[in-house]
Amino acid sequence: MPRLIEVYQDNIRDWFPEMLAACVGTLKLSLVAFMVAAVIGLLVALVRISPSTSTRWIAISFIEVMRGTPALVILYIVYFVPPQIGLTWLTLSSFAAAVCGLALQGGAILAEVFRSGIEALHAGQKEAALALGMTPAKTMRYILLPQAMRVVLPPVGNYAIGLLKDTSVCALIAAPELMLRAKDLASSSFEPMAVFCLAALFYFLMSYPLSLAVRYMEHRLARHG
Amino acid sequence: MNFWTVMIDRFPYFMSLLLKGAVMTVTVAAGALVLALVIGLLIALLRMSRSRLLSGFAYVYTEFLRGTPALAQLFVIYFGLPDVGIELKPVQAAIIGLGINGSAYLSEIYRAGIQAIHRGQFEAAFSLGMTPIGSMRDIVLPQAIRMMLPPITNFSITLLKDTALVSVVAVPEIMFYARNLVTETFQSMHVYLLAAAIYLAMTIPMSRLVAYLERTRRAWQ
Amino acid sequence: MTAQLPGAAGQRPLLRIVDLYKRFGALEVLTGIDLDVARGEKVSILGPSGSGKTTLLRCINYLEKPSAGRIYIDDVLIGEKLVNGRTVHLSDRELAKERREIGFVFQRFNLFPHLTALENVTIAPRKVLGQSTEEANERGRRMLEKVGLGHKLAEYPERLSGGQQQRVAIARVLAMQPKLMLFDEATSALDPELIGEVLKVMRELAEEGHTMVVVTHEVQFAGEVSDRIIFMDHGRIVEQGPPAQILGNARETRTRAFLKKLADR
Repeated sequence: MPRLIEVYQDNIRDWFPEMLAACVGTLKLSLVAFMVAAVIGLLVALVRISPSTSTRWIAISFIEVMRGTPALVILYIVYFVPPQIGLTWLTLSSFAAAVCGLALQGGAILAEVFRSGIEALHAGQKEAALALGMTPAKTMRYILLPQAMRVVLPPVGNYAIGLLKDTSVCALIAAPELMLRAKDLASSSFEPMAVFCLAALFYFLMSYPLSLAVRYMEHRLARHG
Repeated sequence: MNFWTVMIDRFPYFMSLLLKGAVMTVTVAAGALVLALVIGLLIALLRMSRSRLLSGFAYVYTEFLRGTPALAQLFVIYFGLPDVGIELKPVQAAIIGLGINGSAYLSEIYRAGIQAIHRGQFEAAFSLGMTPIGSMRDIVLPQAIRMMLPPITNFSITLLKDTALVSVVAVPEIMFYARNLVTETFQSMHVYLLAAAIYLAMTIPMSRLVAYLERTRRAWQ
Repeated sequence: MTAQLPGAAGQRPLLRIVDLYKRFGALEVLTGIDLDVARGEKVSILGPSGSGKTTLLRCINYLEKPSAGRIYIDDVLIGEKLVNGRTVHLSDRELAKERREIGFVFQRFNLFPHLTALENVTIAPRKVLGQSTEEANERGRRMLEKVGLGHKLAEYPERLSGGQQQRVAIARVLAMQPKLMLFDEATSALDPELIGEVLKVMRELAEEGHTMVVVTHEVQFAGEVSDRIIFMDHGRIVEQGPPAQILGNARETRTRAFLKKLADR
């Protein structure tokens, strides 16, 4: 333990700014992946609830496959396979592959969240809106979607936190984020314990505020309608 | 097509290794699950204790382990502990790492399960003359367990997928063999797709199980 | 079988239902319903559960699509259009325009939980009729005051009692100024002590001359307020006539049996 303190005293001035810079990469990766995942999720959710069984099945398969496969496998496939089988147009940089892989899995997760949000709405709501003369489109826009948003925000928040942590896996395909930097620092400095503990601390500092925000949101949404 | 000729030709070889890895995957997952169930219960009890110190410790424990990536925790345990004199074999580090990580999630599941049992259940039990421990054992716990089965099964699915990470600490599970096969044969598409298929063969039935458990739980409520 | 209509003879009915059938799979819920309702008339529909009275009501504003038969509002056929010589049902999008003129009050209120009482009442005038916010708020306030909830404009539905919620639902319908108002067991989901406040509002609406079709179990209310009472059973109109006749001296044995059962409760 005392040795650890020594190690930090010697190196913190070098490690800290480097890891902080790498955190930017992590946050950037998380943000982009989140946005793409949200779009994919919404599209897949809408296909998922379509009245036609054959189109529904496409969404269901996508969701099952993306959720049931480890993120690492998806990332490997997206990053390593295209160059090896000669698809140069699909060959992505490690950052792009990381975004793609995370967004594909995230889209599947969010699709289920969005779907349960839409389905959680009482059928009577839709009927009341239609009975008042609203078109299905207006009903969706003013009555169903606003309510679904409230149901959906906490799980989406929790997904975001998970996403932030999952960016660490992207280090294994050399994406520019914190864990990759930590691995380099650990091997070059021969102080894995100190480096990885510090990296963990950085992740915690990024995710904890998000956790508090989600919990606050859950609390507020539980109180009124 | 080229894809299928290779696939049919190499299938037995790929699968023999990947399935060997699958056995290790399940072993690591099972070991970590048991560890997580036990430690998780302990942490949940600490969290609900009246002592500020104990519940504070449990709070920090849970928050920190859930707020940091599993990969970071694995690295600390496998690469970091030797620094302070604890050398773990890869499989041990994997089980301990994933187990401790899982204990944080399970403690929250335990807490939610126990607190969700309506106050009225306790009151009904007490008014029938049961002791607090008796009511816990005979009335509350059985209901809580039935309620916790879906989230615990869901967690097990996540755990199974997380075992893919331990390939980087040299545990011979599916992804470890997969990466070696790719380096050896350059057939990344076939190998990784097969690996994905094996994971899906395990996770999809489990999610069906969760859906079934949730249906019966809702009906029974 | 169409009864004699009150009011000026020869005036065309506001609502005309012709030979209405509704099947759910193999189950026939409505068998050949014919019904005319005059402008300003109040019609109550009584009957045991499963008689099809709610289905009939829901067919009028096409929440259920009839299996056969036609419905006319002011002599205009609603709910269907001609496509290549065949009649097809309109989609919800096309039905929206027709539904503006029909008000529907649900058994379970179906207020929008994410909107305040005033917002519930004004959202349709604003988004469907295109009224300005000031216009809609002005009218909405008046409607809520009319049902006795002028002091609850900013409350969310979850903070209102069942009776208050149902009154907001009625105000929401009134804000659209419908030609016809349909009430689907409006008080059945309420605690007994809250039923009165809703019936009071419905009574006032009746006195003001609204055209109302009311499915209800409240026999006394039906007797006081209706111009005509209809008794339904097994998807058919068994008997209909003025309250004095139906309630006091019904012709059909089934009608008398049902009314006796209700009285005994």
